[in-house]
Amino acid sequence: MSLLRVDGLSKAFGGINAVADLSFTINPGTIHSIIGPNGAGKTTLFNLITGVYHPSGGRIRFQDADVAGLPPYELARLGMSRTFQNLQIFFNMTAVENVMVGAHLHLNPRVLPSLLHLPVVKRRDRECRAKARELMEFVGCGAYLEADSASMPYGALKRLEIARALASRPKLLLLDEPAAGLNATESREIDEVIKRIAGQGVTVVLVEHDMKMVMGISDHILALDYGRKLAEGTPAEVRQNPDVISAYLGAGSA
Amino acid sequence: MRLTGPHIGLLATAAIIALLPLTFPNSYYYDVAVSALFNAVLCVGLNLLIGYAGQISLGHAGFFALGAYVSGILTTRWNLPPLLALVVGAVLVGTLAFVLARPILRLKGHYLAMATLGIGIIIFIVLNTEAWLTGGPDGLTVNYLSVAGWTLKGDRNWYWLAGILLLTTVWLSLNLIDSAVGRALRAVHGSEVGAAVVGVDTGRYKVLVFVISAVFASVVGSLFAHRNGLITPGIGSFFHSVELVAMVVLGGMASTFGAVVGAVILSVLPHLLTSFEDYEAIILGMIMMSTMIFMPKGIVPTVLRLLRQRGGAS
Repeated sequence: MSLLRVDGLSKAFGGINAVADLSFTINPGTIHSIIGPNGAGKTTLFNLITGVYHPSGGRIRFQDADVAGLPPYELARLGMSRTFQNLQIFFNMTAVENVMVGAHLHLNPRVLPSLLHLPVVKRRDRECRAKARELMEFVGCGAYLEADSASMPYGALKRLEIARALASRPKLLLLDEPAAGLNATESREIDEVIKRIAGQGVTVVLVEHDMKMVMGISDHILALDYGRKLAEGTPAEVRQNPDVISAYLGAGSA
Repeated sequence: MRLTGPHIGLLATAAIIALLPLTFPNSYYYDVAVSALFNAVLCVGLNLLIGYAGQISLGHAGFFALGAYVSGILTTRWNLPPLLALVVGAVLVGTLAFVLARPILRLKGHYLAMATLGIGIIIFIVLNTEAWLTGGPDGLTVNYLSVAGWTLKGDRNWYWLAGILLLTTVWLSLNLIDSAVGRALRAVHGSEVGAAVVGVDTGRYKVLVFVISAVFASVVGSLFAHRNGLITPGIGSFFHSVELVAMVVLGGMASTFGAVVGAVILSVLPHLLTSFEDYEAIILGMIMMSTMIFMPKGIVPTVLRLLRQRGGAS
């Protein structure tokens, strides 16, 4: 059974169809990549799946529920989280606090006990902080446990966002260009992190331009161009596909 | 228990409040101190909204005035006990803030400023024109604060009440900020979409903090009415709202003690500058301008950072 099923999904901005009549499924326990030239609609697709945008048409089924048009916080409750291409870090908080916000749903915070700092609130906060530290170690930014997020380097912030998303304990994790702006060594490390996340049973979907990374870790690839599906299949199949080659290298090159 | 920064700050505030009266030569000083403490309580609440959650309100004097007028009207016209009137005022203002918050807090930045400005102005106009209820521009006389037959009189007693109220407020605020609710509020400031994708219902938290800060304002308004004995629509004016925001910004946004320091400075400074007579407002303005130019993050965060740097260097 599929974890995520997208059916005839469309999104138009004015007269531009950023995503047009797109259908695909994502099976649990796998790593999926979405590739395509700039402006192919990859990030728009992410924003539609995670509720940041409202679809103009089509359906999105997550597990057994129709989730098209649900706000992001509802989707997080159902087990979906994501990172962003342009970082959405809480720069007004420390690194570990960023990750602790990720565990928001599992703390189920109430105002009155929080105002009074009841012992139960303090205990759960301590547990949450310990778990957040573990997650930071897991994604490889353990060196910044007590750091101010505003003073962290770019590569560590990308990992911090992954840790924050993991803190919500998602079933489906969407990573928008996790390797963008990283050097080759850092890219390989992120690669390892993604494999370890998938190894824990989390389904991972990523948008990525680093083809070496995409071909190396993906079980399944979806290629987009002009908001439509260009090709789909295993890395080997997509690599051979003449449409994909011409979209990347220009028509006629194939 | 390990003492952390906020605990030390709270103890220091308590010590200052306890010892300060030893330096007061007469009741005029108490009078100024009480108004400074009231403003501090209000600003700690407003700082949750402005400093921590990153929203703006240019209408908070309106909520303050509503609290004051509900207390005034209920105690003088309907003979309700002052404490009950204070609670009724807080509930009414909280409900009003809740109803207004949903549509208003969808707005951001300048638009939110305009909308909250509108609320304040509407409240001010209603207080001015509905004279049958509010007494209009002449104001409304309000009785002393009495609880169970005991009446609170004298600046000295008001000082202790306001001091305890401020300490309680600071303690509650520090607790809230260092909890999951507080982290959610700060996350709304940091990145709304970032907070939403990990399950924070950002709309709900913005409404929550707006209501909390409005209730703070209402409670202070009620107490102010009883202490002052006379309230006029002027307390809900736009200028008062701006003054409150200035206190928060001057002391330092997203710093509970900053709100206290800002409120105390801007409450006391005009009294210190009276000897300059005609130039008082100009000097006040210049002090505010230079503070913001040289300490854009506000007084308390800037001073703390300097202390930390010096501590790290030595």
